[in-house]
Amino acid sequence: MPINADYSGREYPATAPYSVGREKLREFASAVGSTHPVHHDIVAARGSGYPDLVAAPTFAVVVAQRAESQLIEDEAAGIDFTRVVHADERFTHHRPIVAGDELVTVLHVDSIVERRGLSMVTTRCEIAALAADGSTEPVSTVVSTLAVRGDDA
Amino acid sequence: MSTQAPRPQIADLAVGDVVGSREVVVDRARLVRYAGVSGDFNPIHWNERFATEVGLPGVIAHGMFTMGAAVALVEDWAGDPGAVVDYQTRFSRPVPVPDPGSATVAVEATIGAIDAEAGTVRVDLAVTFEGQRVLMKAQAVVRL
Repeated sequence: MPINADYSGREYPATAPYSVGREKLREFASAVGSTHPVHHDIVAARGSGYPDLVAAPTFAVVVAQRAESQLIEDEAAGIDFTRVVHADERFTHHRPIVAGDELVTVLHVDSIVERRGLSMVTTRCEIAALAADGSTEPVSTVVSTLAVRGDDA
Repeated sequence: MSTQAPRPQIADLAVGDVVGSREVVVDRARLVRYAGVSGDFNPIHWNERFATEVGLPGVIAHGMFTMGAAVALVEDWAGDPGAVVDYQTRFSRPVPVPDPGSATVAVEATIGAIDAEAGTVRVDLAVTFEGQRVLMKAQAVVRL
């Protein structure tokens, strides 16, 4: 089934909050080999001016991929995950993610482009921190492109 | 923290300076660990049968693992992980991870651009496996 190009330009409602936990930040940092103390040691993080443990630079992918699943797992979008290759990824951090953040994400499908038997699907996740008063603060923008092979490729 | 090295100063840097290098050794256990913590359970990263059925040479590393592991070098050099304000790459080649054994990815960081006015430098990462680039245009913008 081809990719449904009608999804290009689509914007999804904000996700339910993702609660950033200290142990998750430690485990993620350890998994990618980020040994800097601000990922692991609360005293070091506060000593460097952060309110809590700091996420590794690519941690936002965990939050973004949850939001992207709204598109990937939507059968009507026509994305066969067994034919998907990750083409590119970009993180722009408006401020570092820290433990205790409640992150809400708005997924945008920026483009769906056919190129030499591949469908290039570019998504953008606008990740924001939710405050107790309901206001939001921009935290990270994550742009990701998936290359999906066609049936005959 | 007394354990932290002094942070680099823009005035001391020039485009082309190599600011660090390291090797990242990745085995299947590492991929399972990354799958678990990241939530990316695509079987191409842990199931040999599935990976070969979809036309891959075997189990391959998550591109996001390689991207994440490469930037740790920049975090350490910058002395502050929160200083990495932008980080991007294209995934140009898979990294096959054998069993038994491991794959070794080489990372080298070079100053690619300096914006003294903005107080940022662009660190370009050369990330290679068996001499070939697995990440292209891997660039981290660091605020100093």
